[in-house]
Amino acid sequence: MTAPLLAVEGLSAYYGSAQVLFDVSLALVPGEVLALMGRNGAGKSTTLKAIMGLIAARAHRLEFRGRSILDLPSYRIARLGLGYVPEERRIFTDLTVFENLEVGRQPPRSGRTPWTPERLFSIFPNLAEMSGRRASEMSGGEQQMLTIARTLMGNPDAVLLDEPSEGLAPVIVELMTKAVLAMKSEGIAVLLSEQNLSFAAAVSDRAMIIERGQIRYEGSFAELAESQEAREAYLEV
Amino acid sequence: MDLSFVVIQILTGLASASSLFIIASGLTLVFGVTRIVNFAHGSLYMLGAYFAATIISRLLDLHYGPVSFWCGVLLAALGVGALGVVMEVVLLRRIYRAPELFQLLATFGVVLIVQDVVLKVFGPQDILGPRAPGLRAPVEILGRRFPSYELVMIAAGPTVLGLLWLLLRKTRFGVLVRAATQDREMVGALGVNQRLLFTGTLFLGAFLAGLGGALQIPKSPATPRMDLDIIAEAFVVTVIGGMGSIPGAFLAAIMIGQLQAFGILIFPKVTLVLVFLLMALVLVVRPYGLLGRPEGPAPAHAAAFNGAPRPWGPTERRIALGTVAALALLPLAGDAYLLKVATEILILGLLAFSLHFLVGTGGLVSFGHAAYFGLGAYGAALACKHLSLPMELALPLAPIAAALGAAVVGFFVVRLSGIYLAMLTLAAAQILYAVAFQWVEVTGGDNGLVGIWPSSWASDRTIYYYLTLAFSVAAIAALRHAIYAPFGYSLRATRDSELRADAIGIDVRQQRWLSFILAGSAAGLAGGLYVFLKGSIDPSALGIPVSVDALTMLLLGGLQTVMGPVVGAAVLHGLKDQIMPLTDLWRLFLGCSIIVLVLLFPNGLVGAYEALRLSSTATKGAASARRREPDGAQSRPRAPLEALARSRASGAGGETSKADETV
Repeated sequence: MTAPLLAVEGLSAYYGSAQVLFDVSLALVPGEVLALMGRNGAGKSTTLKAIMGLIAARAHRLEFRGRSILDLPSYRIARLGLGYVPEERRIFTDLTVFENLEVGRQPPRSGRTPWTPERLFSIFPNLAEMSGRRASEMSGGEQQMLTIARTLMGNPDAVLLDEPSEGLAPVIVELMTKAVLAMKSEGIAVLLSEQNLSFAAAVSDRAMIIERGQIRYEGSFAELAESQEAREAYLEV
Repeated sequence: MDLSFVVIQILTGLASASSLFIIASGLTLVFGVTRIVNFAHGSLYMLGAYFAATIISRLLDLHYGPVSFWCGVLLAALGVGALGVVMEVVLLRRIYRAPELFQLLATFGVVLIVQDVVLKVFGPQDILGPRAPGLRAPVEILGRRFPSYELVMIAAGPTVLGLLWLLLRKTRFGVLVRAATQDREMVGALGVNQRLLFTGTLFLGAFLAGLGGALQIPKSPATPRMDLDIIAEAFVVTVIGGMGSIPGAFLAAIMIGQLQAFGILIFPKVTLVLVFLLMALVLVVRPYGLLGRPEGPAPAHAAAFNGAPRPWGPTERRIALGTVAALALLPLAGDAYLLKVATEILILGLLAFSLHFLVGTGGLVSFGHAAYFGLGAYGAALACKHLSLPMELALPLAPIAAALGAAVVGFFVVRLSGIYLAMLTLAAAQILYAVAFQWVEVTGGDNGLVGIWPSSWASDRTIYYYLTLAFSVAAIAALRHAIYAPFGYSLRATRDSELRADAIGIDVRQQRWLSFILAGSAAGLAGGLYVFLKGSIDPSALGIPVSVDALTMLLLGGLQTVMGPVVGAAVLHGLKDQIMPLTDLWRLFLGCSIIVLVLLFPNGLVGAYEALRLSSTATKGAASARRREPDGAQSRPRAPLEALARSRASGAGGETSKADETV
């Protein structure tokens, strides 16, 4: 097994005095897509935020590319090559599409073709037509594409992708599938938080299931597809 | 009024609008990015004026000409910009996540420090700056003479606006600043070092303040009082324009410039009042200013304030009874001076407690509580002076006058929230200050009213002390009762979640309005007691420093406590009494103390006592369990303030804001 790009061991997080993550451990190897599945409120987004340094967290080990990121502010974590795409998209609505991409721009990393707006427009053709438009005038699906494109402008080695299919029309979800596969073909590892089983199945190599802040299941996606039991216990509403 | 006169008035208005805009643009820019209302912006402006007056004179001595003059202006502004950087690095970056009350207080601490430093360095006298070479002769416009420097000023405003526009639209720095204005956490998650961005913004904001001050110097001298004068106006401009909006500030500056230019013809004495009335009007119609937009869901401050006040246990009851008993026995000590100080502390304790009723229980951060203190004082004094009423009749008028004032101001205030609310309360206090200052026939202006003494039976110091003790303790007990009564519970509900309170049938605005009136009348009573103690009253009782002193008492005592403000009043006033005679740097000392309190002891003195009590009784409480680290696990370090902010952002508060968002 290759050395993990992102190694998480014993991650705990709190909202005030309430513990919401309990000893979460996971490893993301280069180039793979790992789906973190679970119901609403299970702790998927919290896991990603805790890794990204956006909420107070505690861990035995939290390393990216062999370097501890526990004490780092999120901008330095991002500069190490870990991208973050938030669930709420959080695009800058006052800025144009082009300016949104500019905010995400970071110097290229060695060994990768740097992302440019032009290259991103080839994956997200809709964005090309509206590059001068204010982001507030975009549809939800277009905003979702923009938020991924914006993170890719930082030339990450791995991306924490939080529920990219949420609230999108099936045709847009299909575009999202293509986008994640395109990232994968570029060699970018993805930690995907997702509720939509068919979307996750289309893009992921492995799956983990989180419930009430604890990891309950871990295995290849093929195994999960066969395990009726695991799906019923943790995913179905 | 012929045409040429109107034109000249318009030009005068435009010139003052320009200079107002330059100052306000810095304030609104800094607020937009950092979400901090920088009270010290006026101090930076003042420093710009002093720097310019000194530097330009030197440069003109070396070489007389426009180049020296404008280089001097630029150098002064750059120097102030550098100070802005220092301020960001030393102070502001530690309080970005703190509740806004702490931010306002901490930056006011800087105001106090700068005031004393300026006095030490530049002396108390006004410093006249040189006039601009080449621009000394007036020009003739439609047959009237108009200062040519004013024409340059008129051009300066739009020039600065244009340059700022270019900077914000066409550079990466500008794009990042605009993005950070909207969502700074996300900007950080995209790999942008916010610290550099914020430091850069503070440099720019301070530079603009310094530029405003430097450009002012050929027109008016640098004086030690110009900081608070300008900050009130700059607040008004940014609030009317919409906090964070630079074009809005430009629009608002023009409106205010014209209002002042023409208002002075109609009501020569009440231009300040007109300005603040305009602000109140705009805020009622557009609660976020002309070009502002609603701030995201306001972070609930429940945890920062007395989240759920605990009723007294036997220990507290004993402490309270003991304190009152000790106070009742105090005259036996036979120390007249001690008695005077104790009387003052009782009055200030009531003032602080009434403010905390608003801030802690109501969540309404009033930055102008001096208004009601002063209204009470002036109400009693005017009744005494002009109606010749005795103390027995004049004193009850104090809380009534203050309650009426609070009812009027509160009517507007309860329609706002957050920083806009704080700004409007401040503005209201400044209106009253302006009225007291300018309406000389009635209020005596700067000299105030003198010879307001208690009736003869109460003129003895000991009797008056008992009178004050009785009123203060009764009023504090009544307010405290209200906190634990259903009224207080529903008030706290409106503080913790406006929407939920509304949904369960609480009339949020009415609840807040009533609490505003109640707190105002208690402050008015304190003012009434104060005026008969001192025998005189002047506009300083309505000034910003009184409001800030009261807030400092809250901070000192502990915002999360109920009785803390009274302790804070005793400690602050006691310290003031001890230290002020020893040094002429009292404000420097106070400013530093406020900053240290905010940074290191955000929970105050009584807060520290509560923590002690908690840790001794609750061994397995959630609070202490959280502190303990499991074996080998590391955690992200947290500063005290940040911990406070985080517990605020999550827990009950976080839920609230999330719920508000969904609704």
